[in-house]
Amino acid sequence: MSDASWRPTTAHDALKARADLLRSVRAFFDARGVLEVSTPLLAAHAVSDEHIDAIEVPGHGWLQTSPEYHMKRLLAAGSGPIYQIARAFRDGEAGARHNPEFTLLEWYRPGFDLDALVDECLALLGPLCGAGAERRRFRELFASVTGLDPLTSAAAELAARAEQAGAPAGLSGPQAVDYLMALEVEPALDPALLTVVTDFPGWAAALAQTSEDRDGARVARRFEIYHRGLELANGYQELLDADEQARRFERDNEKRRAAGKRPMTADLYLLAAMRAGLPPCSGVALGLERLQMVLSGAGRIERVWPFPFGRA
Amino acid sequence: MASYSTSEFKSGLKLMLDGDPCSIIENEFVKPGKGQAFNRVKLRNLKTGKVIERTFKSGDSLEGADVLDVTMQYIYSDGEFWHFMDPNTFDQKPAGADAVGDAKQWLKEEDMCEVTLYNGEPLSVSPPNFVELEIVQTDPGLKGDTAGTGGKPATLSTGAVVRVPLFVQEGEVIKVDTRTGEYVGRIKN
Repeated sequence: MSDASWRPTTAHDALKARADLLRSVRAFFDARGVLEVSTPLLAAHAVSDEHIDAIEVPGHGWLQTSPEYHMKRLLAAGSGPIYQIARAFRDGEAGARHNPEFTLLEWYRPGFDLDALVDECLALLGPLCGAGAERRRFRELFASVTGLDPLTSAAAELAARAEQAGAPAGLSGPQAVDYLMALEVEPALDPALLTVVTDFPGWAAALAQTSEDRDGARVARRFEIYHRGLELANGYQELLDADEQARRFERDNEKRRAAGKRPMTADLYLLAAMRAGLPPCSGVALGLERLQMVLSGAGRIERVWPFPFGRA
Repeated sequence: MASYSTSEFKSGLKLMLDGDPCSIIENEFVKPGKGQAFNRVKLRNLKTGKVIERTFKSGDSLEGADVLDVTMQYIYSDGEFWHFMDPNTFDQKPAGADAVGDAKQWLKEEDMCEVTLYNGEPLSVSPPNFVELEIVQTDPGLKGDTAGTGGKPATLSTGAVVRVPLFVQEGEVIKVDTRTGEYVGRIKN
């Protein structure tokens, strides 16, 4: 251990900026009549998503990778609009923009469709970031940067394009799209704007509804917001159909097994809540450290998070 | 040798890549929203010194390289090999010109060096940060000169040439920083 490693990696200004940010977020939702809630960080079930790994607490269950399942149970029980400033934990996610423990601002709006929630996100982020916004459909945005259609191009063609850009060989079509999105498309976005990307490919629906776009391709009712090269928020028009949710748990686990990962038990509480009736709603999760990075121009997460993993 | 998953990658970790031992310089975790995560890794090929950039799918693993840094004493050169000795085991290892590289101009018998062993054989040699060597040739300096006028070249006992102040004379022993090749000071006898 080096002599200075007990010290926080943040300047005092960053602590104050975080406190200010939390205060403005709470004021924003207070003014809109959205209720602040708290849900468990430690629970019996965790997310089944192939690309998200929860951290197990032996004998107790799992640290939550997002408060989504519990918040949906509140919604099904009639909570009305709710938000939460929640710690979340994801195994193996560490780097300049990631820390295995981080803070999500997550909120749900019964009665909002995806566009209404995008508007609310921009009402929060626009003044904070002092930036205007643009909306782009995933498919067109991806094609304008890479020259390929993420939905209809052959997997081999997408993989070859990704390899040209430095990707490892043998990627599947969706993996190649992920790679190009992260390493070519995101850096090409206008850093001065809040870019809202909508109509993600159907395979990237996670817990969102899917629909057909105007060309008849299956797309997810999902959006992401980027600013200054960082992904800030990820929102869904939430899937309501419990049977479809059960099928997605199954499919996730098939993918996990194929990838050599341990399957996750389906959260029966969530399925039961959805059967009881999740109100039509949209929800979004926003990375608070990411937002603070953008606001302060910090290039690394430890400039806004005082004790990064490894020194915590 | 153990293998290492991308989640264990960190700078300094020694791995096998394309059959050569490499050392990680930088490891960057890249993840598009909810998608496949990748690790972009910058590595130095320990044989060639070349820097390589590679991207791996997160969760992939690479075999560790049997690479070890040990402190050894330089004992002599037979013209073809430079011989180093482990001061604890008295085990001797010959290092070829490729392994010794630029370090050879700083090697003085009995100095302690960092030797990087790959599968037990010397792969590279780092001289001590500071060495004390005798000047075997330099032009006479001007009288009254003090430090700081750009100096003059001096050839050391190992063959290395460094710039020294004008007042430094042949036969004197000087201290040199091997990382920059710069004169540090005279050693008084």
